[in-house]
Amino acid sequence: MGQTETDSGNGKATGKYEAVVIGVSYGGLKALENILPIISSDFPAPIMVVQHQDPLADDFLAKHLNRLSQVQVKVAEEKEKAVAGVVYLAPANYHLLVEDNHTLSLSIDEKVNFARPAIDVLFESGADAWQARLIGVILTGANHDGSQGLQRIKKLGGLAIVQDPQTAQAQAMPESALAATEVDYVLQLGEIGYFLNDIIGTGTFNDQ
Amino acid sequence: MTVSIHKKLQNEKIEFTLLLEAIYHKYGYDFRHYSVAHIRRRIQRRLTLDGIESISALQHRLLNDETFFFQTVFHDLSINVTEMFRDPSFYLAVRQKVVPILATYPFIKVWHAGCATGEEIYSMAILLKEEGLFDRLQLYGTDFNDLVLEKAKEGIVSIRSVKEYTSNYQLGGGTQSFSDYYTARYSHALLEPELKEKILFANHNLVADQVFGEMQMIVCRNVLIYFDQELQNRVIDLFYHSLCRGGILCLGAKESLRLSEQENKFNRLLPGEQIYQKGYGTD
Ligand SMILES: C[S@@+](CC[C@H](N)C(=O)[O-])C[C@H]1O[C@@H](n2cnc3c(N)ncnc32)[C@H](O)[C@@H]1O
Repeated sequence: MGQTETDSGNGKATGKYEAVVIGVSYGGLKALENILPIISSDFPAPIMVVQHQDPLADDFLAKHLNRLSQVQVKVAEEKEKAVAGVVYLAPANYHLLVEDNHTLSLSIDEKVNFARPAIDVLFESGADAWQARLIGVILTGANHDGSQGLQRIKKLGGLAIVQDPQTAQAQAMPESALAATEVDYVLQLGEIGYFLNDIIGTGTFNDQ
Repeated sequence: MTVSIHKKLQNEKIEFTLLLEAIYHKYGYDFRHYSVAHIRRRIQRRLTLDGIESISALQHRLLNDETFFFQTVFHDLSINVTEMFRDPSFYLAVRQKVVPILATYPFIKVWHAGCATGEEIYSMAILLKEEGLFDRLQLYGTDFNDLVLEKAKEGIVSIRSVKEYTSNYQLGGGTQSFSDYYTARYSHALLEPELKEKILFANHNLVADQVFGEMQMIVCRNVLIYFDQELQNRVIDLFYHSLCRGGILCLGAKESLRLSEQENKFNRLLPGEQIYQKGYGTD
C-alpha cells in the first residue's frame, strides 16, 4: 500500500512490475516446464504459482521444476518473505495468500471454485498487496478458477496475460479469463517466459 | 471526480484496521495480529454474501447487533475446517516416535489447542487407545469458539466424510477397523462414546488466556498459520510454559518453529513432521 505513488495528485503511477502470479490447472506440468526454465537467473521479482493438484501430492513438482530452471523453485513456506528470483508453488491442499508486507500465508480455509489451492485466492490477495505492480498469468485448465482474480489485478492497474487457448491443453480456464477481463496480452505458451523476462526488466506500467 | 480505485483500496485498508479495533473494543476478541490477507478475504466474502456495501457498514452493523457478530462474523473469522486423521503421516509419526515417549509417564495429559469441532482430538483418542495408553490419559480440547465446542462435545461427524477418514486412518497406521469407532445414523456417524470419556472440552483463547496446566503433549495444528509472526511467538511461548520438561509440541504440516524466537528451546523429533520436544534442562 505505502509504496505506490498512485494517489499523488493526478492519480497516475509509473514504475516497474514487482511480482508475478501464475495460475494453472489441467496440463500444468507441461505448461510450467515451458515457462519456468526460461526465466532468467537474475529475474528481479518473485513468482507465485498456484497449480491445482491432488491434496496428497508431495513436493515432486517443485523439485522437478527446480532441476530444470535457472531460478530457484520451491514450495511456499508459511510466513516467508517473497523475494526476487524465486518461484513459490502453493503446497497441495493449502491456499496461498500474499500479505501486504509481501510475506506468504497459507490457509486450510474452504475450497474456492472446488479447489484448494485456488488461483483466485492467490491473485486477489496478490493484487491487494502489489496493486499496479503485479503481473497475472492464466494458463491451461479445465475450470474457471482465476478469472475473478485476474479481473481484480486488472482493476488495480496490474498487467493481465492469458495463454492463447489454441495452445492450451485445456481451453476452459484461459477462455473464461478472456471473457471476464480486458486482457493485455494473449500469448503462445512458448512466448510467455521470454515475455516475462523482457517486461519485468524494462517494461514500465503507466496507470491511468 | 470519482475516487481512484487505489484510493478506494487504501481507504478499505483503513476501514479494515478500524473494524478489527471495533471488534476488539466491543467484544474483546483481538484479531489485530491475525493474518491480514486472510481476515480481509473472510470479511470481503461476508460483504458479498450479505450484500453489505462497505466495511464501515459492516462495522456499524456488528456494533449494534451482537447476534450478528457472534452467529456470523465471529464464525467467519474463526476458520473451523477440520478432518479426522488429517495428514496421515503425522499420525503415523506420533505412533512410532511419540508414543514411546508418552509411555514413560505415569499419567498423560494432552492438550489440543484450536480443536474446532473435535475431529482431530477424537483421532488422537483412537490412536492412543490403540497404543495402550487410554487408562492413564486425559485429553483437553480447547477453542475460543463456543459453537464449535458444542459440536465437538456431541462427537458426531458427517457420514459423507467417513470414507475419507477411513482411508486416512489406515494410512496413519490404524491397527483396527475404523468402523469399530462409529455407529452410522442417517446422515451422521456417532463416534464411540467411550472416546468422549477421556476428553474435556473448554473455552480457551490463545490470544488472551493463560498457561493451561502442565501437559505431556500439546497439539496445535493449523491455527498458527492464521496468526502473524508476533502472535505466533507469543503463543509458542505459552505452549512452552504449558509443557513439562521433555514434553511434545505438535504443529500443522506447514507450521514450524523455523522463524520463531523459541526455536532453540525445542528439538525437532524427526525430519518431515512438525513434532518438537521441549528440552529437559529448562523451564
Ligand atoms: C482450521 S481450524 C484447525 C482445527 C484442527 N486443529 C485441525 O487442524 O484440523 C482452526 C481453529 O482454531 C480456532 N482458533 C482461532 N483463533 C483462536 C484463538 N485465538 N484461540 C483459540 N482457538 C482459536 C478456530 O476457532 C478454529 O476452530
